[in-house]
Amino acid sequence: MAEIKKEHQLTVSVSPHVKSEETTSRIMWSVNLSLLPAALIGAYFFGPRAVFALTIAIITAVLCEHLYQRGMKSKITINDGSAFLTGLLVGLNLPPSVPFYIPVIGSFVAIVITKQLFGGLGFNVFNPAAAGRAFLLISFPKLMTIWKEPTAAFVQMDAKTTATPLGILKEEGIAKLMEVFGDKTNLYTELFMGHRAGSIGETSTLALLIGAAFLFYRGYISWHIPVSFMGTAAAMAWVFGGKGALFAGDPIIHLISGGMILGAFFMATDYVTCPSVKKGQLIFGAGCGFLTMLIRLKGGYPEGVMFAILIMNCFTPIIDRGFKTKVFGFKKPDSKETKK
Amino acid sequence: MALDFTKLMELIISASLINNFVFTRFLGLCIFFGVSKKMETAVGMSITFTAVMMISASLSWLIFNYVMVPLDITFLKIIVFIGVVAGFVQASDTIMRKVAPGLYYKLGIYLALISTNCIILAVPLINAGEKYSFIESLAFGLGSGLGFALALIIMASIREKLELAEVPAPFKGLPMAFIVTGLIALAFTGFSGLITL
Repeated sequence: MAEIKKEHQLTVSVSPHVKSEETTSRIMWSVNLSLLPAALIGAYFFGPRAVFALTIAIITAVLCEHLYQRGMKSKITINDGSAFLTGLLVGLNLPPSVPFYIPVIGSFVAIVITKQLFGGLGFNVFNPAAAGRAFLLISFPKLMTIWKEPTAAFVQMDAKTTATPLGILKEEGIAKLMEVFGDKTNLYTELFMGHRAGSIGETSTLALLIGAAFLFYRGYISWHIPVSFMGTAAAMAWVFGGKGALFAGDPIIHLISGGMILGAFFMATDYVTCPSVKKGQLIFGAGCGFLTMLIRLKGGYPEGVMFAILIMNCFTPIIDRGFKTKVFGFKKPDSKETKK
Repeated sequence: MALDFTKLMELIISASLINNFVFTRFLGLCIFFGVSKKMETAVGMSITFTAVMMISASLSWLIFNYVMVPLDITFLKIIVFIGVVAGFVQASDTIMRKVAPGLYYKLGIYLALISTNCIILAVPLINAGEKYSFIESLAFGLGSGLGFALALIIMASIREKLELAEVPAPFKGLPMAFIVTGLIALAFTGFSGLITL
């Protein structure tokens, strides 16, 4: 028999037989690219320490994935960008001034415990970066809540310690927040541009929205989760956010502060850990928004986005079960007939 | 006696979500891991467990307040509560075998396990310790039962999903279940401080 060249053989595989340019690694690297503006703004405001933390987080994540897969003798998939993305998200969710071992532990928990032990990309139940961040927050509550005041001067090493806008809102109320930022317009602009204390990558709403617009343009994320997430949160902030009276809260502050934008567009929309049916995604997003505001307004922590995403991740399999697609051409057996 | 509905709602939410027995106090894990392999048994167990929890909480409350307090034998509460719960579970075991044999064979051994479950003993003890009223005890029992049901159903859905995952061989089954429980507990710490009773 004549030698058949490998590429001329017919490939037989299960459906779907879709021809598309899209691959996992292409999508993952695009998401990484879309987070670049946020990372740059973080570096601009928080200086070398932020760059240092981000780099350590990414290197640890990729290294953990490589070592684990080598140890398990499975295919090494560090080039698909998913470990890089997890590391980047862990880094973006850290306060700027953490010591070097914090990103190392966070990335390790995210990659090894939350992702690889479940069977790697595609099987993890929880969002790796959110789990890494939550693990760090409850293990090192002090280190994870030292926030630095943003400085545009890149070389200035020791910035002042301060509280996040949400922290001020929680502890001292809206009046104090106004006092710090001046008037309302100034408050909104500062929050929107990212000139405020917070995690490295969550501060600048503008930079994150640029990245999110890129993802929408490429069709990698749909509107369902971000809109239902932020819509529910805004509604709850408006109704219950005010002091003493209903319908007196300020939804805009809650939307553009904390990790809301980063969480709603980049973390809750993770393909693996959110429901795959659109109706389910609406419920998932609404649940995230509800829980976030519940924790922010009533809970012990000033910020609840990470926990809300993790809690809704627990419910993802149940939501998926509830919206099973109908099997085409299959008729449900009549309950009376089966009893006979 | 005026009923304070806010207090009751707080009790139910606190017992089911914020101080969830499985995820924050790590009680009742034997049943939790034993029954959560399949959704069907998990749902059956949740219903049985919640019912048993409420009835045993109210029975224990009656016995504690009308028999043990007047006789001044409250130091015997652990033994008495075990007896009450075990007797009641045995009775419901017999009734279920006659009334719903299908469910009985599915839950079989676990129904007997309920009688020695730590949550079912913890609830009457906490009720007695906190001096809850009858309605409050019932609400606490309901909340604990619902919290356990929630834990079981979440866990069953995740474990059924994990059946298809390529979990490394040493971690298949129970070890993975422990890790999942740890991660769910991590998520549930977000609720901490929500209601302080």
